[in-house]
Amino acid sequence: MIRAVTLTVDGQSIEVPEGATLLDAATALGIDTPTLCWAANLTPVNVCRMCVVELEGARTLVPSCARKAEEGMVIHTDTPRVRTSRRMVLELLQSSVDTSTAPDLLAYAKRYGAEPARFGPHGPPANANERDAHHPGHHHVPAGAEAATVHQPRKVDNELYIRDYGKCITCYKCVEACGTDAQNTFAIAVAGRGFEARISTEYNVGLPDSACVYCGNCINVCPTGALMFKSEADLRDAGKWDEAKQTTTRTICPYCGVGCTLELTVQDNRIVRVMSPPEVSVTNGNLCIKGRFGVTYVSEGGG
Amino acid sequence: MEETDVIVLWGSNARDAHPIFFHHVLKGIRNGAKLFVIDPRRTSTADWADSHLRLRVGTDIELALAVAREIIHAGLTHDAFLANATEGYEAFKAHVEPWTLERGEATTGVPAALIRGLAHAYARADRAQLCWTLGITEHHNAVDNVLSLIHLGLLTGHVGRPGSGINPLRGQNNVQGGGDMGALPHKLPGFQDVEDDVVRARYDALWGRPVPPKKGWHLTEMFEAMRRNELRALYVIGENPAQSEADAGHIKGLLTSRDILIVQDMFMTRTAELADVVFPGSAAWVETDGTVTNSERRVQRCRKALDPPGEARDDVWILAELSKRLGHDMGNPTPEQLWDELRLLSPMHGGMSWARLEAMDGIQWPCPTEDHPGTRFLHERLWAQPRGGRAAPFTLVDPDPPVDQLTDEYPIRLTTGRRLDEYNTGVQTSQYKNPLRKRETIDLAPADCARLGIEEGATVTVTSRRAAVRVTARIDPGLHAGLAFMTYHDADDVDTNLLTIEATDPKAGTAEFKATAIRVERDRPHGPASDLHAAHA
Repeated sequence: MIRAVTLTVDGQSIEVPEGATLLDAATALGIDTPTLCWAANLTPVNVCRMCVVELEGARTLVPSCARKAEEGMVIHTDTPRVRTSRRMVLELLQSSVDTSTAPDLLAYAKRYGAEPARFGPHGPPANANERDAHHPGHHHVPAGAEAATVHQPRKVDNELYIRDYGKCITCYKCVEACGTDAQNTFAIAVAGRGFEARISTEYNVGLPDSACVYCGNCINVCPTGALMFKSEADLRDAGKWDEAKQTTTRTICPYCGVGCTLELTVQDNRIVRVMSPPEVSVTNGNLCIKGRFGVTYVSEGGG
Repeated sequence: MEETDVIVLWGSNARDAHPIFFHHVLKGIRNGAKLFVIDPRRTSTADWADSHLRLRVGTDIELALAVAREIIHAGLTHDAFLANATEGYEAFKAHVEPWTLERGEATTGVPAALIRGLAHAYARADRAQLCWTLGITEHHNAVDNVLSLIHLGLLTGHVGRPGSGINPLRGQNNVQGGGDMGALPHKLPGFQDVEDDVVRARYDALWGRPVPPKKGWHLTEMFEAMRRNELRALYVIGENPAQSEADAGHIKGLLTSRDILIVQDMFMTRTAELADVVFPGSAAWVETDGTVTNSERRVQRCRKALDPPGEARDDVWILAELSKRLGHDMGNPTPEQLWDELRLLSPMHGGMSWARLEAMDGIQWPCPTEDHPGTRFLHERLWAQPRGGRAAPFTLVDPDPPVDQLTDEYPIRLTTGRRLDEYNTGVQTSQYKNPLRKRETIDLAPADCARLGIEEGATVTVTSRRAAVRVTARIDPGLHAGLAFMTYHDADDVDTNLLTIEATDPKAGTAEFKATAIRVERDRPHGPASDLHAAHA
């Protein structure tokens, strides 16, 4: 028997089932809360701090995605303190990460008036694999004239998807999808600490030498385009990625009898990307290598 | 699958063959379920098991009999369910009596303690799921294998309740839907008997043409009829029997000696190459609108996202045009019109309007009326008091070892299966830039390799009673001595099905892909085995 919990959000009283989060309560009231590391099909990890809200009686702001609603809580989702915190998070991310293919993040930056330039111009990018060789403590206190960045060359070690860690905000979603929340393959984890924290395969080996099974469930959850179909990255590089010419269609995977829903992005009669909607009960937003990448035979040569 | 206490995967490598189904299994495991895997190989599925029962190939019935006897002797049967829902239990009880744990161990190679562990865990569980795949059905006695698993569900009442069921995992996105739509020799759409005059009359009235009153041939019977030359014209749609059938060399001969062979496919398959006429069809799942039915009986909408290339045409259009030229004009029906016709004729689809299929992301049959939510699980009627419908029978099933027997000349048991990144004969999967792709190998047990002097990567000749093929050896520590494994994904390179035996189940018609007797020899450039290979090439 699930009990109901009553709380107040932005002056409105709301009843939610026990176990619901503050984010659930705000969403039920129609409040649009920004999130980056949260997804409906992943366990909250509380790392991005975009969704923080003010809880009366609490010393710090609390992450609404993970904090469970309790009887009598009084929440404020849009106070100056909340807005300042969210803006600061966005400015720090934009000062250090290439967010050009992160539509949600860019929209939030506009909403909260982020001014990442106040941290100075971007510092120079790292060489390939340079950041992967850093040990804890490598990050020295900067002079302050430039904003330190994670910019680096993208990793292209297979023909299916690329890893562009200059665009990575270390939200952990890929790690969760590869791990206990979906795939249970554990090909990647967070290596390093602090500013050196990064997503890595074991010993930073290339994907073909790692445990990766190319399900692409990491791409499905990546909010910044750091993980991207190679077909999409190639079209973008060539200046041919054209969303105006694209259609999105849901159909069913042609392979085994599980019946996973595929969300196909098609441009010029070619499949350029395959995603999986998280709300479909069969797949929960996940696919295997065949459904994700093995369907392009209908586009090769013909069409 | 996520809300259950025991999950048994019997003859299923779901981690590789049904990866997203296995996600649900993993959620079940994380919620506390115990996983039992019954498989001759230590697969990636077995790696997740609490208990892996490594039986000898083709001893599934023996193992099931031993499990059944242990459940009965330990007093773990669900007696109320047995009384209400089943018939023939007393005879079954006597039938399994000789199958002690010790005899089970001696026959199957599975330690008695593991057999006992499976029996007790499965029978004691509040909820338990028993799933199987081709490891059970690709045998000459496939139906008996399935019956012997169903018995375990009947003994324990693990059927027809939330979290408890017996489930065959379907291998193709519409193998269930093909049956639903009447692509069976003895059924009309909705599994209605073609020899039932009342049923047929409804079709005759709607179609304005009489439906043939007698059932047809299933695939295996069709090949037998080709052998007798009774079946002289063959129209193949979306199937590649020249590579997918067991004893493929023999099958090709039958295909090429028809009066006419028509093949409708999206690719120029090896079968299409043999055809007199080729109709270029389309990729139904993405170049046309329609439906498929998945393994959980969920009817799902496929939608057109691409135009078919070149002269390829919608398969329905091809059929309608052919019909017109044969003297019956069907018009040019849309997928929704065809679907609505099905709803008139098939009661279990009656409530599935096109709009509801869209809105509900698919509906599980039966769904007779538009206010029906669909059916999550079947066989609930067995629990009703009084029981709905007829009793579930126990059938007395006896073991029957694989047809292709092991001898000194053919001492190794070859079993076949699938890999994660490939699909069947590779028609769809051979083109994508797959980093996991490896050349076809024969996977051999370390002990056999040591005995035969075969090192990893060596080229070997594999010989069965039908043919020989050359292939690269790979050492797999997950295989016990005397067991080998191959796939037929890369049939152009290594035609595994030249080796397999066309010993088929009399009822289901499935061939014994899982049990071939072979010998393996280090490659010699000029030997009798190579000559045999050349003769088939």
